[in-house]
Amino acid sequence: MAQAGQTSRASLLPGIAALVLATGYLIALLAVEKQPLIIGLLAFGIAAVLAANWFGWLDPVSRSFADREDRLGCFAILAAFVVAVFFREDHFVLLLFVTVLLYVVATLGLNIQFGYAGVLNFAGASFFGIGAYTSAVLNTYTAIPHLLVLLIGGLLAALIGSLLLLPVLRTRGHYAALVTIAFALLLKTFLEVNDVLGGPQGMQVKPMNLFGWSFNDNIHIGSVELSFYFSYFVVSMVLLVGAFILVRRLERSWIGLNLDALRLDETAASCFGLDIARWKITAFLIGNFLIGIAGALFGMVGSFVAPNNYTFADSLILVSILLLGGIGNPWGLVVATFIVVVVPEKLQTIQEYRFLLYSVLVIAVLLFRPEGLLPRPVRSYFPGWRP
Amino acid sequence: MTALLQARGLTRKFGGVVALDRLDLDVVAGEILGLIGPNGSGKTTFFNVVTGIYGAHEGHISFDGADITKASSRAVYHAGISRTFQRSRLSLPLSIFDNIMIGNHKRLNQGLWFNLMRRGDFKREFEANYRAARALVEVFEPQLAERLFEPVAGLPMIDRRRIEICRALISQPKLLLLDEPSAGMTHDETKELMDDILQVREFNKGLTIIIVEHEMGVIERITDRCAVLNFGRKIAEGPYRQVAADRQVQEAYLGVA
Repeated sequence: MAQAGQTSRASLLPGIAALVLATGYLIALLAVEKQPLIIGLLAFGIAAVLAANWFGWLDPVSRSFADREDRLGCFAILAAFVVAVFFREDHFVLLLFVTVLLYVVATLGLNIQFGYAGVLNFAGASFFGIGAYTSAVLNTYTAIPHLLVLLIGGLLAALIGSLLLLPVLRTRGHYAALVTIAFALLLKTFLEVNDVLGGPQGMQVKPMNLFGWSFNDNIHIGSVELSFYFSYFVVSMVLLVGAFILVRRLERSWIGLNLDALRLDETAASCFGLDIARWKITAFLIGNFLIGIAGALFGMVGSFVAPNNYTFADSLILVSILLLGGIGNPWGLVVATFIVVVVPEKLQTIQEYRFLLYSVLVIAVLLFRPEGLLPRPVRSYFPGWRP
Repeated sequence: MTALLQARGLTRKFGGVVALDRLDLDVVAGEILGLIGPNGSGKTTFFNVVTGIYGAHEGHISFDGADITKASSRAVYHAGISRTFQRSRLSLPLSIFDNIMIGNHKRLNQGLWFNLMRRGDFKREFEANYRAARALVEVFEPQLAERLFEPVAGLPMIDRRRIEICRALISQPKLLLLDEPSAGMTHDETKELMDDILQVREFNKGLTIIIVEHEMGVIERITDRCAVLNFGRKIAEGPYRQVAADRQVQEAYLGVA
């Protein structure tokens, strides 16, 4: 946040230090297998963050990120590659990592809808599923280039989502949310009874193939062998960076301002000329587009789609990531997705109870930090810009 | 003398309550009209009907030669009418600058491509608007102009009012509707705010203002003319002194038999 009278830009160092520490911690957490060690590491992580907060060390970090986001974003990409290279042969960890990246893209979409426009979407997983089924069908029956399949997945999610526009625009708040819940249930039933789409058993998805480079094979560079998931990591990363920039630019524009205005006070917004319907539609479609693309890629990564993977419960996970991370703050979503996706995977003991963990987390956040782990700062149109 | 805003036979009911009862009102371009009357006499309802929040049951309104009786809030704003609200309706988590820019909607480029892809052009538009917002806020309170990127939530009432008025003025409307700008403020703060409004009018010469106000000191000082409402009807109209001396008006306000 820009402080009055402060003219120099904040230093990069606190941000870089935080990124280095986070990367090291993540590598340790992903590498460790023994349950007691993992529990110890998690406890240590929580204690470290609380202590840093206590000593006021987090403020310089957030100032650094607020002012020098472009640079630190590049460093964050570098950090992601460091983690991926570290686990280059480990299928399991890379799959987990790719899952996190694609969930972040999906929640970025939800963030446009709920965080900015205030349209609560409880069918996130359904639109994710529409993307995944798109790649299942198109990769099986057509020879459409797979990058184009991703795009079609996004467009199809937006298109099918537009069926919901009328009821969503005519209802508000909880009632609009109910409409999306109904859609999630309908879509799951539709997929289950539809034999062309494999019914309850689902479908195989052919792996991605980019310009003749099949993502089914491990990569050999000299004597080094990379897991085939590494290719998916690269593509997911490109998608995430694109989505992140899109969301950031959207927020830092008059459109982001429009969405905030209509979320906070529709009456006042329309007294100042805002076309409420136009901007709600824009946010809903762009959001579903992002979720659909992420889903299309996720379908290829998982090589299998079934109705049970895209249920209302999965939508709730996406929404809880949004609440946990800090509604409206993309960096918060990255942190929250890591917590929500990685922790239950590593802590096998709680795997069965992971929904319990989510609910406890969400309730704790709502009680003690209602704006999420990383609350959204006041909009700055250009980071580091001074009058 | 041409009327900028003209209401003829305007009626609005809420169930059995007639909030506006065949109201005729002319507002002349360039004047400051005071709209006064006891609580519940229909002043705010008149604003809400003019700005398209409520529809009129009978009668019509024309603005600048065009009929706006059935116009939506959006269309009314685009035609050149801005307003403030009785209970502050700022977006509290947003910055001062953001709140003022909400009022500037019609003069901002709303194209998706422009906003997302042409960031260089967007930056120029942003900077021009920053200067405009800053210049406007400076008229009201120079110290506030230094803090345009702070959230509104932390500001005292008088500053919130100032920002609300800036939000209404930034798009250079032809008609400004002020709904009880002094509500919730001390006597001195009210005086300060009225000085500011008069000063803004020096900048924006053609601006016409309708002000709803309970502080008669304010009305006396800044209005050219007053209209008095009671039970949705206009019971008197004219310069403040004349209206204040009117027996019907005194009865409505004080209940003198």
